[in-house]
Amino acid sequence: MSALTALTIADARAGLAARTFSARELVDAHIAAVEAGRGLNAFVAETFDHARAGADAADARLAAGEGRLLEGIPLAVKDLFCTKGVRSQACSKILEGFAPPYESTVTANLWSAGALMLGKTNMDEFAMGSANVTSADGPVVNPWRRRGEDKPLVPGGSSGGSAAAVAARLCLGATGTDTGGSIRQPAAFCGIVGMKPTYGRCSRWGMIAFASSLDQAGPLTRTVEDAALMLQAMAGHDPRDSTSIDRPVPDYAASLTGSVRDLTIGVPAEYRMEGMPAEIEALWADGVRWFREAGATVVDISLPLTRYALPTYYIVAPAEASSNLARYDGVRYGLRVEGDDPAEMYARTRAAGFGREVRRRILIGTYVLSAGYYDAYYLKAQKVRTLIARDFEAAFESVDAVLTPTAPFAAFAIGEKMDDPIAMYLNDVFTVPASLAGLPAISVPAGLTADGLPLGLHLIARPFDEPTLFRAAGVLESAAAFGHRPPAPGEAEAA
Amino acid sequence: MSAPGYRIQGREGEWEIAVGLEVHAQVISEAKLFSSAPTAFGAEPNSQVSLVDAAMPGMLPVINRHCVAQAVRTGLALEAEINLTSVFDRKNYFYPDLPPGYQISQYSRPIVGRGRVVLDLEDGAQRTVGITRLHLEMDAGKSIHDRRADATCVDLNRAGVALMEIVSEPDIRSPEEAGLYLRKLRSILRYIGTCDGNMEQGSLRADVNVSVRRPGGALGTRCEVKNLNSVRFVMKAIEVEAARQVELLEDGGAVELETRLFDPDRGVTRSMRSKEEAHDYRYFPDPDLLPLTLDPAWVDAERARLPELPDVRKARFMADHGLSAYDAGVLVAARGIADLFDEVADERDAKRVANFIMGPLFGALNRAGIDNEDCPVPADALAALIDRMADGTVSNQGASTVIQTVVSTGRDVDAIIEEKGLRQVSDAGAIEALVEQVIADNPDKVADYRDGKTKLAGWFVGQVMKASGGKANPRAVNEALRARLDG
Repeated sequence: MSALTALTIADARAGLAARTFSARELVDAHIAAVEAGRGLNAFVAETFDHARAGADAADARLAAGEGRLLEGIPLAVKDLFCTKGVRSQACSKILEGFAPPYESTVTANLWSAGALMLGKTNMDEFAMGSANVTSADGPVVNPWRRRGEDKPLVPGGSSGGSAAAVAARLCLGATGTDTGGSIRQPAAFCGIVGMKPTYGRCSRWGMIAFASSLDQAGPLTRTVEDAALMLQAMAGHDPRDSTSIDRPVPDYAASLTGSVRDLTIGVPAEYRMEGMPAEIEALWADGVRWFREAGATVVDISLPLTRYALPTYYIVAPAEASSNLARYDGVRYGLRVEGDDPAEMYARTRAAGFGREVRRRILIGTYVLSAGYYDAYYLKAQKVRTLIARDFEAAFESVDAVLTPTAPFAAFAIGEKMDDPIAMYLNDVFTVPASLAGLPAISVPAGLTADGLPLGLHLIARPFDEPTLFRAAGVLESAAAFGHRPPAPGEAEAA
Repeated sequence: MSAPGYRIQGREGEWEIAVGLEVHAQVISEAKLFSSAPTAFGAEPNSQVSLVDAAMPGMLPVINRHCVAQAVRTGLALEAEINLTSVFDRKNYFYPDLPPGYQISQYSRPIVGRGRVVLDLEDGAQRTVGITRLHLEMDAGKSIHDRRADATCVDLNRAGVALMEIVSEPDIRSPEEAGLYLRKLRSILRYIGTCDGNMEQGSLRADVNVSVRRPGGALGTRCEVKNLNSVRFVMKAIEVEAARQVELLEDGGAVELETRLFDPDRGVTRSMRSKEEAHDYRYFPDPDLLPLTLDPAWVDAERARLPELPDVRKARFMADHGLSAYDAGVLVAARGIADLFDEVADERDAKRVANFIMGPLFGALNRAGIDNEDCPVPADALAALIDRMADGTVSNQGASTVIQTVVSTGRDVDAIIEEKGLRQVSDAGAIEALVEQVIADNPDKVADYRDGKTKLAGWFVGQVMKASGGKANPRAVNEALRARLDG
């Protein structure tokens, strides 16, 4: 593995600014890594020419001292983002061959900050999944292995390709999207940082919709500081997204002061889930201890409605998805399977184009919105969602951040949990409440399981209080001193 | 109160009808409700389609503020409650000309609540029709089935265009009232410039809900007749649908809640879908759009900006110019005409102006196939013509000819008078010479007249007019003749 691919974004910026290496060298090193790492199936499209051309332009700017925030930084982009002229298929067969004539706001923001795209990353189809096994482009392999085993593990999902690519040093950072945990859970499974900003912080324009009231773009990186740098470029108001919030984007990296002495961290009793592995409990306790040692106040809190979060999420998200995915009808773009009349064409197209999990969620969503069921399911779920948000509001009157595990278990083998959707949905049990409340949250790699797999700790903060979230996460990162990395492709773990 | 009059004579006595209208009015706006694509009528298929209208992946709707203002103005003109918070919902159904698979509409929380429209009946009485609500929604595209044998084509130019759905209470009691309601509503929309009211181009379409009952009884089960695109069809559809229901009920049947279509060629309604076949639209709030909130101060400013509305204007015309209710009602129906009257009648004989507008001007517009609303005659031209009539420069007949030319060419009134030789001869000497000539040529008629056959006066006037080539001022001719014959 080249030294250039082991850099953080912050280090790479410094090296580029000092002309220690060129953007072209940085990009070429990553192109070689992507090629060597193809066995992970993390990328579904490679845009090397684009990256090389961009690197040369970046070098010119850097030489002129005009480097921007992410000048010359090679990134990967989740296939859910529309990228102009480059396949944007949400890893679904129904969008086969779709390359949009427009660029999503979030990726456009990254490119105008000087970042470069290496390619598009694999994901669960339409972001529906927690193991990257529902992708029409096949499963992604987690670069981590259980100690002494070679069984391929899932990277988590839905941003599994992005998480695997960042963990395996194929890119310096990647975009993800998080609807119920799709950035944070794969970050935890792959031993990296995954951050979901406040709902409305990043524009959803040009992001293929799963559940509009929950979807948020965010960064996957190897450090908290890198996440802060990436979000800095991604965030901002966009008049083309009515749910985007018009308020200034603070200097996130500057918020990483290393001090949490003035912060109160809450530990919610309700996240102590039955059957959760002892090593996750222990890691959580480590997190508490680290914060105390760093001078923070840690208090027990209650978020009483936590147990309703997952059922609420699995009503609201499929309801919105059932409507959002109605546009994939074979009429204007993507896959079309002809029929004798429109109804037959729809049925054939959608049966052939959508995978099982997507079909399941469309059916659930259609059901909960149907006449006679709407009040009992959708309306009730919306009320519970409001109450869950109030739970957090109440908690945030006395604490600045909430500390929980990111997921109730570590990465599992590809093929596991496939026959039980409910077991699969449990992946998101700790991440979904913050999604429902629209709160910023981050997963920080904090330890390993006994058999050597990464585990994450999860912090949740007040709306638009990303600075506090990054500050606390930075302290957690330093205290955990994770330092582990998966073996490079074709190499045994060096540990 | 039900209006006296409209009753359906069944075999077993009289029936009364109750009708409510749902009018879809296309909002006058350069851009669509949720995208910046243009809305001009008659453009090349699919030339006015944005990424949002085509429901491309990842595209998001953004509400057009102008359309919101138009809906609020309409609500204010209908004397309706303006809801300071309203919500956009998705109405989900699959159709090839509906790209997102849902129509963005307002279901449980519309932007405008209860209001009213006052109708002027022919006998001078008034009736009030309640408005239930007005909401904003986007239009669908158009499926074209006859362009290709092997496929249906879709034109998305109309997809996303802003519509106001204006729903009335079932207060209408006759086909005529339905026609009056639709015309009055159209007049109001045109006054405030929120809908051009053009039914041929589909800017205004109506669905009618029809039920029948024994006079004074409880409302019967209604049927909805959809997509009527002229006032005449609305009236006819109500008439035949009500008759169908009466016949059905008298035969011992029951009216089923259903959606029907009007076949104008055969003059019948046909079932389109029954209640059982009705769609489940799965309405839910559109998560891409925040609730729409209005600033009360802004609503008040819009209220202050409203022009004088037809009812108020009519009352003013009656009070200020002594017009009859009927004449005032006719003049205010089209705003352009009312504006014309306002400008010209001031300091002139208002009755003469009113009569000229309702007679020769309306005739000329009709002959040219121009809607009264689009009257091209400028106020100064009409004023000049009225003045030329008043001072005897042109005859009433001549003025009718002039106005036709003004309507079709837009040319100057005095130039037309000269060119067409319509200037009347009022010169006393010239007229007296003609009178002398006619008297000299007809001694026997003069004798008859002087013997008491005074009815011949008219004949003499005709002869003099004829001799003048129709240019003599008839009043001057009359005076000169009388002086000569009676003197």
